[in-house]
Amino acid sequence: MPTVKEPPVKEDGLTKEKVKSEVACYHCGAPCITNNYAVGDKVFCCDGCKLVYEILDENGLCNYYKIQNHPGLTQVKARRSDKYAYLDNADISQKLLTFSDGKHAVVTLYIPGIHCSSCMWLLEHLPKIRPAITDSRLNFTNKEVTIHYLQQEITLREIVDLLTTIGYEPYISLEDGSAKKAKASNKKKVYKLGVAGFCFGNIMMLSFPEYLSGNLGIEHQYVQLFRYLNLVLALPVFFFSASEFFTSAWAGLKQKMLNIDAPIVLALIITFGRSLYEIFTNTGSGYLDSMSGIVFFMLVGRLVQDQAYKSISFNRDYKSYFPIAVNVVTDSGTEARPLQDLKEKDVVELHNDEIIPADGVVLKGNANIDYGFVTGESEPVKIEKGNIVYAGGKQKGDNLTIQLIKPVAGSYLTSLWNHYSFSKNKQEENNSKSIIHVLSKYFTIILFVLAGITAAFWALNDPAKLLPSVSAMLIVACPCALLLSANYTNGNLLRLLSNNGLFLRDSTVIEQLGKVDHIIFDKTGTLTQGSSHFSTSGHELTDYERRLVYSVIQPSSHPYSKALSAFLGSYSPVPSDDWKEFTGKGISAYIDGNLVKVGSAIFVGVDMQPKDVKPSLYIRINDDVTAFYINPVLRDAVPQLIPQLASVYDLSMLSGDNDAQRSILKGLFGNKGTLLFEQKPHDKLRYIEKLQQGRHQTLMIGDGLNDAGALQQSNVGITLADDINNFSPSCDAILDASKMGKLPSLLRLSRWGKYIIGFSFLVSIVYNIIGLAISMQGNMSPMKAAILMPVSTLSIVLISTGVSSIVAAGMKLSLKSQ
Amino acid sequence: MSALYILIFASIIVAAFFLFAFVWSVKSDQFEDKSGAAMRILYDDEVNQNLN
Repeated sequence: MPTVKEPPVKEDGLTKEKVKSEVACYHCGAPCITNNYAVGDKVFCCDGCKLVYEILDENGLCNYYKIQNHPGLTQVKARRSDKYAYLDNADISQKLLTFSDGKHAVVTLYIPGIHCSSCMWLLEHLPKIRPAITDSRLNFTNKEVTIHYLQQEITLREIVDLLTTIGYEPYISLEDGSAKKAKASNKKKVYKLGVAGFCFGNIMMLSFPEYLSGNLGIEHQYVQLFRYLNLVLALPVFFFSASEFFTSAWAGLKQKMLNIDAPIVLALIITFGRSLYEIFTNTGSGYLDSMSGIVFFMLVGRLVQDQAYKSISFNRDYKSYFPIAVNVVTDSGTEARPLQDLKEKDVVELHNDEIIPADGVVLKGNANIDYGFVTGESEPVKIEKGNIVYAGGKQKGDNLTIQLIKPVAGSYLTSLWNHYSFSKNKQEENNSKSIIHVLSKYFTIILFVLAGITAAFWALNDPAKLLPSVSAMLIVACPCALLLSANYTNGNLLRLLSNNGLFLRDSTVIEQLGKVDHIIFDKTGTLTQGSSHFSTSGHELTDYERRLVYSVIQPSSHPYSKALSAFLGSYSPVPSDDWKEFTGKGISAYIDGNLVKVGSAIFVGVDMQPKDVKPSLYIRINDDVTAFYINPVLRDAVPQLIPQLASVYDLSMLSGDNDAQRSILKGLFGNKGTLLFEQKPHDKLRYIEKLQQGRHQTLMIGDGLNDAGALQQSNVGITLADDINNFSPSCDAILDASKMGKLPSLLRLSRWGKYIIGFSFLVSIVYNIIGLAISMQGNMSPMKAAILMPVSTLSIVLISTGVSSIVAAGMKLSLKSQ
Repeated sequence: MSALYILIFASIIVAAFFLFAFVWSVKSDQFEDKSGAAMRILYDDEVNQNLN
């Protein structure tokens, strides 16, 4: 066969394939390609959706479809029937149950797919499908369903299978302990706040008569009553509500650090002590109202700042990606064994789409491993019998038997987690670097100097005034204003950022984000989308030719063939003669008297010219050649985003993939950006480390497990997610992929955070100076303190939230949640 | 004026009752799921249909 000239690349090049969407699936709303799946007038996109409908119909639960249109999730993905066989293992299921007495059991399952009121309705009607489920209750915010069931009549596995069948596959993990602890401590904070609020309100009420009576005074017996009642009410504030300030200050002092809580605690103790003295000696009513007010406002501020996103998890490690249990072949057959019980030499059986739990040797089966998880390289690798497969790879195709050569924790991928960057507590580290602590240190020192001068002055002039004036000074100069301005600014910034699609792990990330000077991108899944974009150039295939090509590639399971058949669409195959597949080269066949070849340039016989964009494969029908491109699609926002960022930040791109797209990316990043290809997870981590040693503040944006090390090492690690409730590796923040274009504004907003805190702090210092001036003269009365405290607090709350909102509005960010 | 004694203690008892109600509501997870209850109330009660 003569070689033919390679087809030219079309200028616009890319004929986007359009999905014909006439009918939406009754269940999930996806476009229906055929009418094969239908029940009555209701059409479904796939067998899975139809099955769900039939189950619901049978059980009279079709209200599901009335509450919302197309409420379901697409069921196209096939599921193995024994996927949850490991739940029959009593040890595993016992760990998941929250209660069990042998007869009744209660389990709480996290279901990421919950998204609408129909979901809630259906999941709360599970007892209708299986009466052995006695009750099911949904927590919509947390996406958790709590199921009560009779253990003798239904097993946990059957429940999970049922949920999976109706389209609500739970996500099962054995590490939920930390989440429960966080919940309990969060509740304690609310109790503390409630108690402080109650006491503050009542103390205020009881203090007013004395303030407002002016010079007349109120009757003696009432004065005494009010003061002692105040004291009783102040006790829980001081000992219960304020306890976290004491513990935090003490923890700081033990490490020889003066954190912001130290001067606050000092002010609290002095206020409380002086109030006790005044009340017992009957010389005054003390400052209990101010003290409880401060505690109350500070607790509110902390709660505002520590708002958590309940359904998002920031701390997942490799265990969340790996299965809970795998099938181990033993002498007595196969059994499901929990991952932590796996040993070297265990023989493990893997099914399609299952993840290799530990490095091992292939014993049996066709290993076709997708290392996309580990390296970002999306094309599966074929591995011969006797060779090593690495943990984190996903088997594609038939069953595979491997023998483990390393324990789970010692495998190549999991060894990433042994790196020291995973053992550090980023929150604490960020906190100690925070501007708040630097400011509060100076604040405390200046305050002590001023207190010393005042003490010296009164000691010389009028020793009687020494104690009152110094203590009043320390009370008024409490840096609670600084803490409040930080709390409310950060709280409001967190809210603004999350409204615009950026969810931060905690408020300490804001400041780090504001300092960033070097941004590192991952390629696959971050700059590019998960799905591929197909295009052709050269000879335009006719419908008949498309059908021929489809017939040729249809029997092949090569990923390119799959991609090509997805592009061509569905045809009824034409029988072919002499069909041959040449591994690594292509396929050839005679169909209807035509020679059809699909494969590499050499195989097809095309004169290849060096070019920027290489076609993935060629199609040749007789003498007509078509080039076929499989291009990962850049995310919509990327072409504008990168130049915008490049003007402010240094940029790098690390890809686990080969450099096939170097030219496109080069054009995007320009000459300033660094592009690195074929980077292993450890390489990415090291690259970030090197930048940090060069005093760069780094921001890593990635998406996969292969970025986990880099995300953790970086000063800030952002995971890009198409669905924020999906599983993302351990990171500091999650960015909604559809809001990626807002990233420059979001970074600018977090940079503003520092200035806003500084500004409201300045305002609070003005109040402090007024207060100090009064108290240095020895004129501070409880009345003045009681007015000054709430006024300064309120104005700081207004300034910090107001200014941050105005700044965000100026950047055209949305202020309301969408 | 001694009526004030009674009034003050009455007011504190009422306030303490609300504090207790608050603590109880937090304890019984009433603030755990803020959007769920709003949807749940809109479902039609089907108990009647089953009886028929």
